[in-house]
Amino acid sequence: MSGVIDDHGHVGHDEHATHGPARGLMRWVLTTNHKDIGTLYLWFSFAMFLLGGSFAMVIRAELFQPGLHIVEPAFFNQMTTMHGLVMVFGAVMPAFVGLANWMIPLMIGAPDMALPRMNNFSFWLLPAAFALMVSTLFMPGGGPNFGWTFYAPLSTTYGPESVTFFIFAIHMMGISSIMGAINVISTILNLRAPGMTLMKMPLFVWTWLITAFLLIAVMPVLAGCVTMMLMDIHFGTSFFNAAGGGDPVLFQHVFWFFGHPEVYIMILPAFGAVSAIIPAFSRKPLFGYTSMVYATASIAFLSFIVWGHHMFVVGIPLVGELFYMYATMLIAVPTGVKVFNWVSTMWQGSLTFETPMLFAVAFVILFSIGGFSGLMLAMAPADFQYHGTYFVVAHFHYVLVPGAIFGIFASTYYWLPKWTGHMYDETLGKLHFWLSFIGMNLTFFPMHFVGLAGMPRRVPDYNLQFANFNMVSSIGGFMFGVTQLLFLFIVIKCIRSGPPAPAKPWDGAEGLEWSIPSPAPYHTFTTPPEVK
Amino acid sequence: MADSISLKRLVTRLLLVVVAMFAFGFALVPLYDVMCKAFGINGKTAGQYEGEQVVDLSRQVGVQFLSSNAADMVWEFHPKADRLDVHPGAVNEMLFVAYNPTDQVMKAQAIPSISPANVAVYFHKTECFCFTQQTLQPGQRIEMPVRFIVDRDMPRDVKHLTLAYTLFDITARNPPVARTGG
Repeated sequence: MSGVIDDHGHVGHDEHATHGPARGLMRWVLTTNHKDIGTLYLWFSFAMFLLGGSFAMVIRAELFQPGLHIVEPAFFNQMTTMHGLVMVFGAVMPAFVGLANWMIPLMIGAPDMALPRMNNFSFWLLPAAFALMVSTLFMPGGGPNFGWTFYAPLSTTYGPESVTFFIFAIHMMGISSIMGAINVISTILNLRAPGMTLMKMPLFVWTWLITAFLLIAVMPVLAGCVTMMLMDIHFGTSFFNAAGGGDPVLFQHVFWFFGHPEVYIMILPAFGAVSAIIPAFSRKPLFGYTSMVYATASIAFLSFIVWGHHMFVVGIPLVGELFYMYATMLIAVPTGVKVFNWVSTMWQGSLTFETPMLFAVAFVILFSIGGFSGLMLAMAPADFQYHGTYFVVAHFHYVLVPGAIFGIFASTYYWLPKWTGHMYDETLGKLHFWLSFIGMNLTFFPMHFVGLAGMPRRVPDYNLQFANFNMVSSIGGFMFGVTQLLFLFIVIKCIRSGPPAPAKPWDGAEGLEWSIPSPAPYHTFTTPPEVK
Repeated sequence: MADSISLKRLVTRLLLVVVAMFAFGFALVPLYDVMCKAFGINGKTAGQYEGEQVVDLSRQVGVQFLSSNAADMVWEFHPKADRLDVHPGAVNEMLFVAYNPTDQVMKAQAIPSISPANVAVYFHKTECFCFTQQTLQPGQRIEMPVRFIVDRDMPRDVKHLTLAYTLFDITARNPPVARTGG
């Protein structure tokens, strides 16, 4: 896979070198320019998306038919684990940080990020972290095989030898994310153009501000969690080891205290991007801006008190089950506010369906489906049946693929003319959307059915009764996977050629980023714009 | 620049939040124990019970005994009987047998757990081998007592409960005594 990563690196180098003052490789190593770093983040996340996706292809190939065919069960476990880790920490989170780097200074009229050198460091930690983590796959005993949630004692007492590398990789990613978050908060709070009050900020900036606070609140807890693992494994402590008075269930509490806000870290920036795209293609201002801000803040707050819904079956007391159940269901209220606001924005608008809008509308519909299955899982008594089945897999892929990933696709198409100075190929963009849409639904919708019927997660084999649905899932998965190469082609084509993009290619779009020429000059807003 | 000072202050504050949250992650450990004790959840039993109770002859509770070995533990370990029917308030005794089949001196710690978890607070141990660590010579076999009282106030709908012990080999680790006191 490293060959693929290199290729992407080169594409980035060649195409963007013309915009910057420096040429050659060192420009990218030493850059402190927010646009360069944004580009690096986006290419890195796409490379990780393909890598994590190829792990998913292995999983779907193995599950194409019942029985063990292609990979050993031990390797299958490493694939499910690495797929999750790479997609969460390597694809989705860096993509949003990349979008933040590119767009937040342009949206608030700032010349750059507030801490440009730290920005460079937080990016370059990531390739190191993932090189370390992926290298464990080639070590004796294999890579992480305990699921992306790395529950103790699976990851401590019974973990592979390479788990220490995994722990250090998580530490590095955590430091990178924390520095990125501090940078985003500092930029938004300190570098807004005169007149840009908090309640005039675009929603993408708002959602990222809240996401950044979530990041600095929970990434340190994750760091603490893996540090405890490290100490249990190497320094004889017993945080999670019952023999020394510890408790494995404690691990789940610490992990999910991080893990639940983490899922909102992966979706809130997408909410913000969609809140920019839907008004642009509806040619109407966003309905209920203020309620959107408060809804985002409420979701962020609630995300801290619902972690127990991941643990309904570990034996938490009845009061706990009820509390987590009701608190979780409460999240549907602010989320519902958002969905209704998006629908109301489209209502009676002059809609057109260019590629960004297609992805954004699919986002609203499919994310809602994921939200509904989330409500089903939130019901503690029902969760005893759903827990650990493919229903859960269907649920979180419905919120992450058409949620986070479609949000990223929509943002990319929406801002690509601003980044490259060229319009992308609309026909191919629509083709990419429809193939992704069909492939994604083919993959994940049948998982609801096999999950309700009791097919367990993370097992390389299954009962014969699930064979047909799994074959459909696999075909959809292959389709979705191959389609993403088309996306790569569209982006490269857009960088190299295509009709020149005007400063504001979308007539309904609003915001400071459209007041500068396309492609965005290397330095923008060196004198702050006046916002009325 | 005026705002570079406020930037410094802002970043310092954000870094403090990061440090505080890192510490909070570790604070979850004692917090977890406090919560488990306060609410009597998680099936963890308290330390040695000093009180006495009047025997309630009007009802009987079935107490089942389970024993299991943690990974890599080679001792033989089992209760002398699977089950006792006891009256709440009465002191009962069960013997557990441990045998070290190896040719080395070994040390073990037993960790108890009560199921259903919410009756753990009604299960009192006046004496238990889990309060101490066991050191067995090669080939040595011992009988270890646990004396317990099922509380008179235990909800009447609970007819059965299970006391399970897991035996851990702590020869190599020789860690601190279990924090819960067994």
